[in-house]
Amino acid sequence: MSSVTLNINGKSHSLENVPADMPLLWVIRDLVGLTGTKYGCGIAQCGACTVHMDGTAVRSCSTPVSAAEGKEITTIEGLSINGDHPLQQAWMEKNVPQCGYCQTGQIMNAAAFLKQNPNPSVEQINVAMTGNICRCGTYNRIREAIQLAAEKGGNV
Amino acid sequence: MSRLDSTPLVKVDRRNFLKTTSVGASGLILGFYVSCSKSVPEPPRDPKYFFKPNVYLNINDLGEVIIVAHRSEMGTGIRTSLPTVLADELEADWSRVKLKQAPGDEDTYGNQNTDGSFSIRMFYLPMRRAGAAARMMLEQAAANQWGVDVSECQASNHQVIHKSSDKRLDFGELVQAAAELEVPRDEDIRLKASKDFKLIGKNTSIYDLPEIVNGKAIFGLDTTMPGAKVAVVARCPVAGGKVASYKADKAKEVPGVVEVFELESPGFPTEFHPLGGVVVVADHTWAAIKGREALEITWDDGVNANYDTKSYLAKLSREARGNGNVRRDEGNIKSALASSSEVLQATYRIPHLSHSTMEPPNALADFKQGKCRVWAPTQNPQWAKTSVAEALELDPKDVEINVTLLGGGFGRKSKPDFVIEAALISRHIGGPAKVIWTREDDIQHDYFHACSIQHVKVGLSEENKVTAYNHHSVFPSIGGTSSNEATEPATFELGLGLIDFPYDIPAICMESHEARAQTRIGWLRSVCNIQHAFAIGSMLDEVAYARSVDPVENLLELLGPDREIRFDEKIEEFFNYNEPIDEFPASTARMRGVIETVARQSGWGKELPEGQGMGICSHRSFLTYVACVVKVQVDGNKISIPELHYAVDCGVVVNEDRVKSQFEGGAVYALSGALKSEISFKEGKTVESNFNNYQLARMPDAPGKIYVHLVPSDEKPTGVGEPPVPPVAPALCNAIFAATGKRIRELPIKLA
Repeated sequence: MSSVTLNINGKSHSLENVPADMPLLWVIRDLVGLTGTKYGCGIAQCGACTVHMDGTAVRSCSTPVSAAEGKEITTIEGLSINGDHPLQQAWMEKNVPQCGYCQTGQIMNAAAFLKQNPNPSVEQINVAMTGNICRCGTYNRIREAIQLAAEKGGNV
Repeated sequence: MSRLDSTPLVKVDRRNFLKTTSVGASGLILGFYVSCSKSVPEPPRDPKYFFKPNVYLNINDLGEVIIVAHRSEMGTGIRTSLPTVLADELEADWSRVKLKQAPGDEDTYGNQNTDGSFSIRMFYLPMRRAGAAARMMLEQAAANQWGVDVSECQASNHQVIHKSSDKRLDFGELVQAAAELEVPRDEDIRLKASKDFKLIGKNTSIYDLPEIVNGKAIFGLDTTMPGAKVAVVARCPVAGGKVASYKADKAKEVPGVVEVFELESPGFPTEFHPLGGVVVVADHTWAAIKGREALEITWDDGVNANYDTKSYLAKLSREARGNGNVRRDEGNIKSALASSSEVLQATYRIPHLSHSTMEPPNALADFKQGKCRVWAPTQNPQWAKTSVAEALELDPKDVEINVTLLGGGFGRKSKPDFVIEAALISRHIGGPAKVIWTREDDIQHDYFHACSIQHVKVGLSEENKVTAYNHHSVFPSIGGTSSNEATEPATFELGLGLIDFPYDIPAICMESHEARAQTRIGWLRSVCNIQHAFAIGSMLDEVAYARSVDPVENLLELLGPDREIRFDEKIEEFFNYNEPIDEFPASTARMRGVIETVARQSGWGKELPEGQGMGICSHRSFLTYVACVVKVQVDGNKISIPELHYAVDCGVVVNEDRVKSQFEGGAVYALSGALKSEISFKEGKTVESNFNNYQLARMPDAPGKIYVHLVPSDEKPTGVGEPPVPPVAPALCNAIFAATGKRIRELPIKLA
């Protein structure tokens, strides 16, 4: 148990009595109170908990808080100021979500991916998004939304 | 730990906070989870007058139209679609509509059990009438104000217009007067002509879309309240088992753990009670999880300790070859089979499946002073309410069920067990408690889709005609979850795709067999239609090849002449999805329509490259007609699906985009079962526990393209939540046969 300071969405959070092995997911949700990052499996198999750590997509359910100190953490709430990241816009234009639960993780994963690969092929999208499960089965529209955002220069 | 102490229950800013209607007892949670997805400007003042012609509608003098969404939103879009039906008849401007989610209150709102693909079927007309009655009253109020006959007035786009003078009054200006008028009698309500629809049949985006993509949408797992503790439960790995003894010393040493106690187990059958076990209550989720890991528990596994699906299915398979109980009987099956020149015979197997909603079960409860308030992602707030009342020995009026968004449902979240758990835990600790199921809890303790064996015999005559169809269906009944007596499928389970077999064959015999449930069996998206469509859809393809007839031609020929089948006259007890067969008959013409459409649209019959094949299956479920063509590419043992086509006849389409999205997603849901998913039991416990070993379809498994062809129809609307699932696996397996000559009769598919 120790105190940790986390930089989340550009804001510093000092938290007391945090177990060092506590996954970043539960810190973000239960202690910081940002609930856009979702729990899905706890073992890095579904991607619902995806956040960015220094710009890289990580599974926050399997990232101990100790590994997140000193890093810039971005959650869905910090991806854009007005919810208008090109991917969020593309998600709305394509009416991607059904239940919506996994979608924030999908968007965060796609955002980090597009930064690395602004003009991906369908196959590259498939590979990049393999770690994110959508039980409603919105994969085809996710694919289309990523392509749309890429066409519009979504690597911002 | 700041959040648990200080943050409000739900983060909704004032602008989005609906204040007009009270729900239940508490001001704190008034209008729970009303999100405003549109940039509606801040109202200039508080509204003063309200027009509430029925329980679903409230219009205020600012012109805000507030529609109650009384069905649960789990991804179908129903929270948006039914209100658009009301708004259309009302002539409301959708951008000025706000939604309010109803709490569980059947007396007020009618049925709220969001299950069985019946929301649209059941409420399309009531919602139209609710909107139309209000529109007529607003028109009358305007006519009175202008001193003209109401026939000269017409509501349009949130205004009433005097047609000859073009005078206009906004809805908001009419509410005070409209509220004084009598609500029209049912027989006087004038519905719109369908040509005048502005929202019905169109593509309204879901109301919660912006908040879903910006992370502000509130699911059950996202609710909390001041002082709420988090609980996880260690449940016996075998359904019906219980705690023999446990030690909590180490668990209690985990920082953040505040209490550990035992919750009673119900034995077996479990019914829909919580499974019981050892509850760990903590300040936050991680402490609860770590505390549970530190428990030392000895289990008494109970009556299902030896459940082993491998030997169970082997037993069912032997059983299926014998005589069963006849559930539909036409012609003389014995002599028809005996006189056949060829009898095809095959056994189809499907394992248990888990719902695996992305948001696992969870609920927040606050029991205080003889009342219990609950926030839960429940498909069935009515059942949750009565179940919590029973468990806590309260009057149902003292239980308040607030429905959050659901991160998936698929039938799992109809069951009240997890809601009762939260209520019992809250009572025990004397404060608000949130129970969270981890993914392991969810997969190991589901109400599983029944594993099944289907054995089918088909007789062909010398003239190459199909003369006999004999189908043995063997699976543990859902009823086995509630009663030891329910050892054979119930009428409704066989009505799900078996005894409503629509094909015109001289001798038809459907038989069921005994199969005792040894775990909790539940209903999972499309339920027994999964196994019945798999066997029927596969066997009819086998028949086509045996007859050397094109599979589409074979289906159309077997369907016979266009007719409405009176199953109620053929079968003593017939389940027609709880609808009168006169109103929802089984039409072979509509089935023919979807088969012909999907064949045409998919390019059926075209020459395909090596390694590719197309397969078809048609299946009516939940009164919706569906045909599916899968185009498969097989490279060695690798299966990919370049195209999947559906043709659908679901009557009037309420929201075209959401109908299509249900089919797109339903295809993927079905592909999980076809390609990857299997729950197996050894020594009473599930072998699978999380997404590493209970595999689901991922993006590369999804079809390259999914086409949903809607057949234009003026028939009564029927649901689309479940009907996409049943035909996919058989169409895929038939496609694999077309591509490779290899016949698949067991799911998930293993080519190696």
